[in-house]
Amino acid sequence: MFLPAYLDHNATTPLDPAVRKAMLPWFGKRFGNPSSRHEYGRAARVAVDAARQQVAVAVGAHPTEIIFVSSGSEANNLFLKGVAACHRPGFLAVSAIEHPSVLRPAEQLAKQGWSLHKVAVDANGVVDAADFAETLLDMPQMISIMLANNETGVIQEIETLASAAKTANACFHTDAVQALGRLPLGFRALNAAGVCAMTVSGHKVYGPQGAAALVVDKRMGLQPLIAGGGQERELRSGTENVAAIVGFGMACELAAQRLNETPQRLQALRDHLEAGLLALGATIFAQAAKRLPNTSFFALPEIDGETLVGKLDRAGFAVASGSACSSVHPGPSHVLLAMQVAPEMALGAVRVSLGMANTQDQIERFLAALQEISVSLKRMSAVTI
Amino acid sequence: MKLPIYLDYSATTPVDPRVAAKMIPYLTEQFGNPASRSHSFGWVADEAVENARAQVAALVNADPKEIVWTSGATESNNLAIKGAAHFYAGTKGKHIITVKTEHKAVLDTCRDLEREGFEVTYLDVQENGLIDLQVLAAALRPDTVLVSVMFVNNEIGVIQPIAEIGELCRSKGIIFHVDAAQATGKVDIDLVALKVDLMSFSAHKTYGPKGIGALYVRRKPRVRLEAQMHGGGHERGFRSGTLATHQIVGMGEAYAIAKAEMAEENQRIGALRDRLLQGIQDLPATYVNGDLDHRVPHNLNISFAYVEGESMMMALPDLAVSSGSACTSASLEPSYVLRALGRNDELAHSSIRFTLGRFTTEEEIDYAIAQLHQKIGKLREMSPLWEMVQEGVDLNTVQWAAH
Repeated sequence: MFLPAYLDHNATTPLDPAVRKAMLPWFGKRFGNPSSRHEYGRAARVAVDAARQQVAVAVGAHPTEIIFVSSGSEANNLFLKGVAACHRPGFLAVSAIEHPSVLRPAEQLAKQGWSLHKVAVDANGVVDAADFAETLLDMPQMISIMLANNETGVIQEIETLASAAKTANACFHTDAVQALGRLPLGFRALNAAGVCAMTVSGHKVYGPQGAAALVVDKRMGLQPLIAGGGQERELRSGTENVAAIVGFGMACELAAQRLNETPQRLQALRDHLEAGLLALGATIFAQAAKRLPNTSFFALPEIDGETLVGKLDRAGFAVASGSACSSVHPGPSHVLLAMQVAPEMALGAVRVSLGMANTQDQIERFLAALQEISVSLKRMSAVTI
Repeated sequence: MKLPIYLDYSATTPVDPRVAAKMIPYLTEQFGNPASRSHSFGWVADEAVENARAQVAALVNADPKEIVWTSGATESNNLAIKGAAHFYAGTKGKHIITVKTEHKAVLDTCRDLEREGFEVTYLDVQENGLIDLQVLAAALRPDTVLVSVMFVNNEIGVIQPIAEIGELCRSKGIIFHVDAAQATGKVDIDLVALKVDLMSFSAHKTYGPKGIGALYVRRKPRVRLEAQMHGGGHERGFRSGTLATHQIVGMGEAYAIAKAEMAEENQRIGALRDRLLQGIQDLPATYVNGDLDHRVPHNLNISFAYVEGESMMMALPDLAVSSGSACTSASLEPSYVLRALGRNDELAHSSIRFTLGRFTTEEEIDYAIAQLHQKIGKLREMSPLWEMVQEGVDLNTVQWAAH
């Protein structure tokens, strides 16, 4: 059977077989509700606590600092709205390149009286130091800056930014959804530098969709988004999604184990890919910045990104033309626009994000397919003119 | 027969093996993000999500476009109540009506809204657990924006008169929300006939997986909500966040099975429940909590007077039952639902909720009956209160010494 090459791991990852194996009993005989006090319930409670421990170890936090939620988007919403609920409306800063699940809640708060500043990034997609320093002068109560960008893969100097933000005494949050499993992640060190909260998610690290966490400094004031039942230390009610949480825990443990090996291998593949892309005349966005080892965001001259990903799909390569979440709304990427990339160029953007199963051979075939498609597309446009 | 016997199907149900089988492919090769529009992995996932949406809609006779995925009934209740209250507060008013026996997800959400300046009326129920429609009608005000009443109570299983409440609310232009987490697969739900605007669903109470639920949002007449989770604009803007495809597929299949089998299944489970009730009826001073006629067939909630609740649970390790709803059983407070029926603290404390389900057998019920006879009798032998009652002392007249 012909299986397309999956090159879209920043959208979601396949489930690791070991994770699946850990989850399956929870769709079988171990089905208790962790809040039940009988044997079925207690077994589920033990499993949730074990997973909490696994996640905590992987992200360098204490288990009591982990709040399980249903998605990274929920964790981001919980931070922004949950902290906002503890303050009078004041000043809030997020970077211009955040995921929509940070940008939209921030804009929502702006409608409720908060003043919102979107911190600029430079042409490489790195948070602009001058604009950030100026932002701090306004003493924001909340700051959210992502650790690694989902589209470009650009990594921010979170510890430096959080340290600087200490002067403003702001609650500093970082969305680390794309960083987990791809970079060493230590909440303890981040917390020491001034980070109060961090978002991580299961399905970007070969875990299941449906489980994520907000890692929190417990001294930070936080109101729940979802009330009723009192689970997760009253901060997130609702029956725990035991199977997904178990899977998330296992995925985190495996990700931590593989951190010494997988990222280096993927970076070698990515660098090989980019050498080929440059030979095809591609522009690689944020190439000069420190990036996730698995991500490449590029455009071929005068080729529309949507058309290109469609052709690539038919040729057997699954890639993205933007983040999966925002591909509901086609239009130039807000990340690239923030990097001052021209809209026409941004509309050509294609994202390749590699994962564990990708091989050198797939990259070679991808480059060959890309060359063929780009030649045919150029010929077509020549004919229509 | 496996011990302990699971008689706590209202806390959660096992995933039906047929449901699990449908989920597996989405935990294996079909792993795409349904929001991915650029490749077949995404399209396959999206198709599965839409198929499941149609299955969920079919059980309750709704349009698939009226179904919004959430992480569970708790989130659905929060989204419905906060979402509608916030959206309509400016035009309709800031008064909300709910019932004292609602699930915490409704009550705590209403408490949150009170802190924001909403006014909430918590209706009493009658001794049988049902609300009195006249009491509800009298509580309605010109500034009432929302009424929230659960379909089936999680502790006592009584079925509220949703059709009548719907008529009343619609005639006054008030949004009507129903928590149906305990109702799916147990009572017929026809959202074309019922004048309900918002309805919360859960998968894991109906043999689907945990971590997935839905909110029905009526389109005609159209009901609007303020989203509670913002982001990528999933679920037509009602609820952002990557959809958990395998869980959604599981919920769809669970609801499809419920639709196909509920008529027959409820008869079988109802017969088992009646057998359990018959079997313990000769135990003295034993009371059924909640109306027996307007009740789902799988629920039996009994107070065993003069037995202390905690020791009763300890004495029955072979029965996985609940002494309150699972969500609140970590606290030692007597059940607020039973208190709302007018039961005193002692009777509320000495209650057991038996909830039967798809995999309950006659053998298990007979074993449970035998256990109850043996253990309740033994506990009462040790109870000084029981001794006094046997001697004819009216406990209400006793002057207890203060410690």
